[in-house]
Amino acid sequence: MLRLDGIDAGYGAVRVLRGLTLSVAAGEVLCVMGRNGAGKSTMLKTIMGQVRATAGTIDLDGTRIDPLPAHEVPRHGIGYVPQGRRLFGDLTVAENIEIGLMTRARDARVRDKVLDLFPRLRERMGQISRTLSGGEQQMLAIARALCLEPKVLLLDEPTEGLQPSMIALIRDTVVALKSTGVATVLVEQRVDAALSVADRIAFMTGGSVAETVPAAGLHPNAAHFAAYVGV
Amino acid sequence: MDFGPFLLLALMEGLVTAAVLALTASGLSLVFGIMRVVNVAHGAFFMLGAVLAWFVSEWVPGPPALSFAVALVICPLIVGGIAALADTVVLKRLNYEPEATIVATIGLLYILEQAALSFFGPDARPVPAPLNFRIQLPWFGYSGYKLAVVVGAALVLLAVWLILKHTRAGLVMRATQIDRDTARAFGINVDRVYAGVFAMGAGLAAIAAVLIVPIQQAHYLMGGDPLLLSFIVVIIGGLGSLRGTLVAALLIGLSDGVISTFFAPTLAKIIATLVVALVLVFRPQGLFGKRMA
Repeated sequence: MLRLDGIDAGYGAVRVLRGLTLSVAAGEVLCVMGRNGAGKSTMLKTIMGQVRATAGTIDLDGTRIDPLPAHEVPRHGIGYVPQGRRLFGDLTVAENIEIGLMTRARDARVRDKVLDLFPRLRERMGQISRTLSGGEQQMLAIARALCLEPKVLLLDEPTEGLQPSMIALIRDTVVALKSTGVATVLVEQRVDAALSVADRIAFMTGGSVAETVPAAGLHPNAAHFAAYVGV
Repeated sequence: MDFGPFLLLALMEGLVTAAVLALTASGLSLVFGIMRVVNVAHGAFFMLGAVLAWFVSEWVPGPPALSFAVALVICPLIVGGIAALADTVVLKRLNYEPEATIVATIGLLYILEQAALSFFGPDARPVPAPLNFRIQLPWFGYSGYKLAVVVGAALVLLAVWLILKHTRAGLVMRATQIDRDTARAFGINVDRVYAGVFAMGAGLAAIAAVLIVPIQQAHYLMGGDPLLLSFIVVIIGGLGSLRGTLVAALLIGLSDGVISTFFAPTLAKIIATLVVALVLVFRPQGLFGKRMA
């Protein structure tokens, strides 16, 4: 479904991604792990067109998306939950949802379906989003991305700073999406969170993927985590 | 005239100033708030609106009300079109870098003023008022057109508020203002939003100019004062805050009317400048602005 092949990208003269290659299939959860500075968030930004790839290709269902302007990328069905949520903080919950619906011209049916996943948001539609709790903000960030009805969902450290019940809710959401055929790329630092949902885990170091392994066979104390994540 | 009626007259004059100022400054505030561009050419867009209104009044036959109505529609569109072109050709290429866009809009100001001098000439030219009636109060008569200017400006400002708060375009603008990268991640064409906002800001200045030109006359250097006062208003109100802009415009406009009438126009400008200095020292983000991260 989504394939990155030989991607180089960075900020000005600083090259962050170096020949990065990975792919994720429909209904698969690919977890990307690595130390700080390995290039995980830059990889997601490059997929979204926010950081331009200087070499390599990004294909979504056979269509090259790397030459597209950033605002065209989500219209091809890629939903993005950035690190730190990046909600439109001065807008209400309803307005954040509306922005998500606009992206691919989705209607109220989609909104209702998404809000069924996060009923607590339904009670807070008129609330300014920056006044929500951390967990509710993360729910909204995910709900906003799901309003696109994405084929691929990119999640950048969605469990960061959340309490266990919220982490469980996010895990359940990812599992539910998997069953509907959504491909998920999950950047995650927590080993338990990664192992609970991932089909495969890609370990990044120095801007490229060093190793990709099936999650099923991995133990939380596996050497991979010590080597690539430092835990 | 007694003090009471004299004060009423001063307040009415101040209200006209405040209305036009609010309209002009809201354009400047909108552009800064959403694009983070300090548009030094804003006064030139105001001037262009007035100059074009004069051309329309010369070319459109019939009663002044007809040419005024045509000017009120056409001038903001032309000025907005020029602004959108300037955005695409100049500001976008500068990647909206704050320092670079200030220099670029200074250049744009110069180009527009010289173009007006070339095609319009150095003389001030009158534009006939569309309405010519006086409202007779017990103490003095007052221009009905001036009150119409206040009503007109209020209606346009109401429309701007409705667009920003209750339309899809307004939602897109507000989202872009908050976080342009995330806006792009949700399919918002930020370049198009910026071009539209720059055009809208310039168009508001042009509407203000068309409204005021029957009172002031058109001149190729008339943009200086509105630019200065608009900056004063948006600094006091808070850059990017429409509510702050309206409150500050009322404050500056009414105080300008009262002080100019009772003392001298120069004193009004001195006091306004002093207020700006105080705001910059004690509340740099303005009365209603937010601190920059």
